Amino acid sequence: MKTNLKQIKEKVIESILMLSSAATSITVILIVFFLFIEGAGVFSKKPIEDGFLLAVAADNPVKKLEPSQIKDIFDQKIKNWKEVGGKDEAIVLFRTSDISQYYTDEELGENFEYFPAKINELIAKTPGIVAFFSDKYKAKDFKGRELDIDRIKVFEFLSGEEWFPTAQPIAQMGVKPLIYGTLWVSFGAILLALPIGLAAAIYLSEIAKKRTRSLLKPLIELLAGIPSVVYGFFGLVVIVPLIQSLFNLPVGETALAGSVVLAIMALPTIITISEDAMRNTPRAMKEASLALGASQWQTIYKVVIPYSASGITAGAILGIGRAIGETMAVLMVTGNAAVIPKSFLAPVRTIPATIAAELGEAPNGGLHYEALFALGCILFLITFGINMLVEMVTNKQSHKKH
Amino acid sequence: MNRTKLFLILPLIGMLSCGKAKTENKETESNAAKVSVTIKGSDTVLPLAQKEAEELMKTNKDVSVTVVGGGTGVGLTALIDGTTDIAMASRDIKTEEKLKFSELKKEIEEVIIAYDALTVIVNPANKVSKLTREQLEKIFTGEIKNWKEVGGADEKIVAYSRESSSGTYEFFKDEVMDKKNYATDVLSLAATGAIVQAVGQTKGAIGYIGLAYETKEVKQLAVSYDQGKTFVEPSIASAKDKSYPISRPLFYMYDKTNAAKVKTVIDYALSPEGQKRVSEIGYIPLN
Repeated sequence: MKTNLKQIKEKVIESILMLSSAATSITVILIVFFLFIEGAGVFSKKPIEDGFLLAVAADNPVKKLEPSQIKDIFDQKIKNWKEVGGKDEAIVLFRTSDISQYYTDEELGENFEYFPAKINELIAKTPGIVAFFSDKYKAKDFKGRELDIDRIKVFEFLSGEEWFPTAQPIAQMGVKPLIYGTLWVSFGAILLALPIGLAAAIYLSEIAKKRTRSLLKPLIELLAGIPSVVYGFFGLVVIVPLIQSLFNLPVGETALAGSVVLAIMALPTIITISEDAMRNTPRAMKEASLALGASQWQTIYKVVIPYSASGITAGAILGIGRAIGETMAVLMVTGNAAVIPKSFLAPVRTIPATIAAELGEAPNGGLHYEALFALGCILFLITFGINMLVEMVTNKQSHKKH
Repeated sequence: MNRTKLFLILPLIGMLSCGKAKTENKETESNAAKVSVTIKGSDTVLPLAQKEAEELMKTNKDVSVTVVGGGTGVGLTALIDGTTDIAMASRDIKTEEKLKFSELKKEIEEVIIAYDALTVIVNPANKVSKLTREQLEKIFTGEIKNWKEVGGADEKIVAYSRESSSGTYEFFKDEVMDKKNYATDVLSLAATGAIVQAVGQTKGAIGYIGLAYETKEVKQLAVSYDQGKTFVEPSIASAKDKSYPISRPLFYMYDKTNAAKVKTVIDYALSPEGQKRVSEIGYIPLN
């Protein structure tokens, strides 16, 4: 009986362990699956709002317009059809709400039942019109011509330079500035955090006295426990004005501000992991080096650092991972203007910040919603690539050693 | 072996089922006694809705109100998905949102609870104190890039806007910018408070906020809608007599089938007591 109970206990524990690991793996796979299914949806859609159409007069020679051209037309930057390959004719914009300028409420009917006929009439008599209205108001004997709008292509999505996901009538889905913004901010963060983190790790593991170490280590680890939104606040109130006055800039919300905040956030990871790696250097190796007459500094950089190189890389790359995925702090300090950054002193918009700021308003299943998921996929691929890099680097290093 | 298993499992099942049954009972009881209403949406309406909810809960113990911000778009999306009872909105429903509601066969009731004036703010060090609508449009579409073009110092203009989820963003685009898109280099911040903070510490900054957020750290501009003939300062008085051009209604929106549940909240918002809170917060009461 006793042995039976013991066996059962072991079985139960075993199955709990198995279940939890299975559950974790399934969750991970499901999340990735979900992300890509939702994200891929954006490429089967047209950048125009579902159920809406753009129409021109039937005899207008323009057959097709690029999304950017449509945006410029509705922003009144392109004012004549000849600029987009048509006749020399001024462009007349028409949105559904403009109907009241042409017809009275009585003419349209109580529930807009005469709306289709009136739009028909309007398009027929205005040769330069480009009309944006709902499918519902398209008459059966429609006299205008619907403009062809291409589906969003992967290449255009990645290389487009304008991000106006809610623009009417055509959403501009170019993620290039967002990818650049993310990479710039993370790259800057690592450029700042790596030397400082490495120096601190060397000091803590090799130079500092035991008492200083026992005081400093918990402090640094505490840095990892501060919520990111607090870092964001600190950045907004302290770092942003500092950068502004230091570089005499018109605006302090820049990629650099984001990098500094992220560097501070990545420091504890880098320091803790690389310090652990350094402290794992066998005492015998260090003592052998010292016995051969090497100074302490020579020992550090000829013995300790090469020995712990894989740990240091792992720390650095995990730090970058945090920097790339960080949302709140970056959202608060980088200014979030979706332009391709020309320097560190220009505002940028990152992928995580975009997702966080816009997902709440994007109606479930719509174009904007799916575009944000596609952004998530890009972010996932970036961090996945970095993780693979870590695996490769650490594997390579350990092979060399043994 | 089977017996031991049974021994282990039976009491467990018993305990679990007992616990579950009890909690369920409690939930239904409290639901019957208390109506809990969720309000979600516009950050502009948020301070008002919060104040009103607090006062309402003080006087009426039968309702519990939860107020959540996020932006008009967030509130309306939640109303479409059915995760909120009332959506706060600082703009009218868009055509595509109307279509979404009609697809779901939901009828939406809009109630105007107050008016707000949109204030254009600059840094206090800025010499410019008035702008026309056309100038504002050109600043935010990126055509005017330097303050000296509108009579200020030789300083780069840094334009701040809200995120696109904000009703204020859409309202400003429709009313002031003639429906044109913002320039790509306009900075967008996630909250109105952040705009006040940023404009206060940036010399060449310009931004727009609801009247209730106005503080001493920023300077508000007079605006002209008639090509510069008359400039009007934003204030409660000028918004009330409609001489200030950039003012807008603030809404509570709800599903008509849900009317009975939200009645207390809506009634309070429209009552003289509720309207008093409107002026306390800094918005313009209905009459």
